[in-house]
Amino acid sequence: MKLKPFIVLLLIFAFLTALPAAAIGTDTGVGPTNYTYNYSFWGEEIAMPDAYYVAATITGHDFGIENFSNPQGLFIRDNRIYICDTDNNRIVLLEYEENTDSYNLIRVVEYTMINGQQSFFSRPHDLFENRNGEIYIADTENNRVLRLDNDFNYINSILKPYDRSYDPNMDFLPTKLVVDFSDRIFIQARHINMGLMEYNIDGTFYGFMGASPVQVSIIDYFWKMIATDEQRRQMELFVPTEYNNVALDHEGFVYATLSTFSGNPFDADPVRRLNAVGTDILVRNGMFGYSSPAGDWYWSNLGGVDGPSRFVDVVVFENDGYICLDRNRGRLFAYDFQGNLLYVFGGRGNIAGRFLDPVAIDRMGTSLFVLDARTAAITRFNHTEYGYFIDRAMNYYYSGRYDESAEMWDEVLKLNGSYDLAFIGKGRAALRNEQFLDAMRFYEAKYDQESYGKAFQLYRKEWIEANISTIIAILVSLWIVTKGLKIFFKFRKKRKGGAS
Amino acid sequence: MTIASLKQKDTYIKLGEELKYSLYCIFHPADGFWCISREKKASVASANVLLALYAIIEVLRLTLTNFQFVFVNMEYFNALFAIGSIILPIVLWSVANWAFTTLMNGKGRLSDVYIATIYAFTPVIICNAAGIIISQFITYEEGVLYRTMLTVAMIWSVMLVLVAMMQIHDYTLLKAVASSILAILGIGFMLFIFMLFFSLISDSVMYFISLYNEIVFRLY
Repeated sequence: MKLKPFIVLLLIFAFLTALPAAAIGTDTGVGPTNYTYNYSFWGEEIAMPDAYYVAATITGHDFGIENFSNPQGLFIRDNRIYICDTDNNRIVLLEYEENTDSYNLIRVVEYTMINGQQSFFSRPHDLFENRNGEIYIADTENNRVLRLDNDFNYINSILKPYDRSYDPNMDFLPTKLVVDFSDRIFIQARHINMGLMEYNIDGTFYGFMGASPVQVSIIDYFWKMIATDEQRRQMELFVPTEYNNVALDHEGFVYATLSTFSGNPFDADPVRRLNAVGTDILVRNGMFGYSSPAGDWYWSNLGGVDGPSRFVDVVVFENDGYICLDRNRGRLFAYDFQGNLLYVFGGRGNIAGRFLDPVAIDRMGTSLFVLDARTAAITRFNHTEYGYFIDRAMNYYYSGRYDESAEMWDEVLKLNGSYDLAFIGKGRAALRNEQFLDAMRFYEAKYDQESYGKAFQLYRKEWIEANISTIIAILVSLWIVTKGLKIFFKFRKKRKGGAS
Repeated sequence: MTIASLKQKDTYIKLGEELKYSLYCIFHPADGFWCISREKKASVASANVLLALYAIIEVLRLTLTNFQFVFVNMEYFNALFAIGSIILPIVLWSVANWAFTTLMNGKGRLSDVYIATIYAFTPVIICNAAGIIISQFITYEEGVLYRTMLTVAMIWSVMLVLVAMMQIHDYTLLKAVASSILAILGIGFMLFIFMLFFSLISDSVMYFISLYNEIVFRLY
């Protein structure tokens, strides 16, 4: 047959093309996050190497239990991973074993014993373990927060407050909570827009904390003034925005996110750091353009996704950097402690490293765990070499060790020669080491005008001090020359005048 | 001025005198601008030179000023746009102003308006040039100095333009302001007409091109 070699060739060809496909087909969930970017000084989106890669994806099936169903809460303490499996009304506790790089199912908790009776959870939304090992569960549909010990034994519960500031007809539906270092518990409950509810851990209600200030525009005020009582009643109430999540940093400060703002997210401060009295103390010193951490600068309208980034969770690192989770586009925005955008990755989609409905984020060391409610899976991200160097550089910068930081930035620049913060970090180190000209060069490369000004001021001072004798000599000789010329011309004129 | 006169030394001496007169104008505007139209102290040639100088200095300002004080993305910088952004408004202003003032009993001719406008911008030209040099020696925090200088120059120039319009058209201040506002509206109107014109032209050109293509497809 004449066709035979052709078919053989075709088969070989098919086999060869199928080979890489098969290699990808045995998906271990390990791979790049596809697209990482940042914004330049001119507001352009600049692609860069991946800072995180997908290290693992974890589902309920992996442990022989019923798969998670609409999980809403994720909490990590040390190597323990708690998952609030909301629609299955249970808490799943996993443990990560570093040596074997594996995850072990420790226990599945569906109820706790109260006075000798089983009290089942009902759609728990969040969980928190404080430093003493006590576990707090936002048992949403049971209208309570449970305080349990390390072994899930009941201690007490936190219920709806009987307080003048709380409408007694309103259900108490706690969704998110944290417990700070002085045993105060902050609860975000559904339909509460007065801020976070603050309790003592024994269940005493303290009040509301961290409400956003009410913003009234002049136009609204004008209409309110001339409206009748009936019209006023029909008008939209000036309600402060409602937080949607809380997190605790290593210093015991509460971070809160909100996504119900209307208008410009850069004015809405969608991520906040609250001190003990509820004032927002997040540092917003970002250098370029929009200095407030609020997600994407440009809102593409792709795949039915529109509008600004909507932060639903935040996780804070030891160096006060933080990563915000955008539910709208499924992206993760990493910021440093000054509010500079470090990198953005993630996205919407059905592949590893992308999400359909991301709801919660937490970390184990520098590894990120993102919980997706729709796919009911946890995605683990680990630092790539690039991300690791950025993290180290930020650590050194945070602790004021600028030289070590600059060394790390050098490593970053080997992998990405156009990373703005690397140049500026090197400039900072050069400035500290009194190499003003180098500092100026680094700052100029990345358009940091203010820092350049500082370096230039010092350089100018140094230059003038070094050259003061030359400058004076030039000025004096100029003066002598002009004087001399004047006298010379006068003399010549006189002689000419005398001659003619 | 003819081509032949370019070879004569007197032409350049006269041009120098005329350019020097701009310095007199900015300090004695009432007198200075009156004499521009009445005593031929300045010519279109000297105005052209000054305008070219302004355009060149604008390009230099955008490229040579220390980066602390100017926001230009060099990747997308186009010197022709920078030059256009200087020349086009001045030409449009002259035409619009002349068109309105002719109807409003203005005494000035088109060339008078053109010369006076450019001469009125002398402070901006000088301060822009000085700003390029000063910016090399000051820091970001001292940038107030630089920005104030440019703002003062701009205000000065706008006031000079008003005085110039008063003098060359023999107007009161109120009438000069009114005619200037009308002229600005006129510029907007002219730009609108231009855009309409160009879009119609391009549409009609496209029509003939497609007609030609259609015929070519039928014939071959």
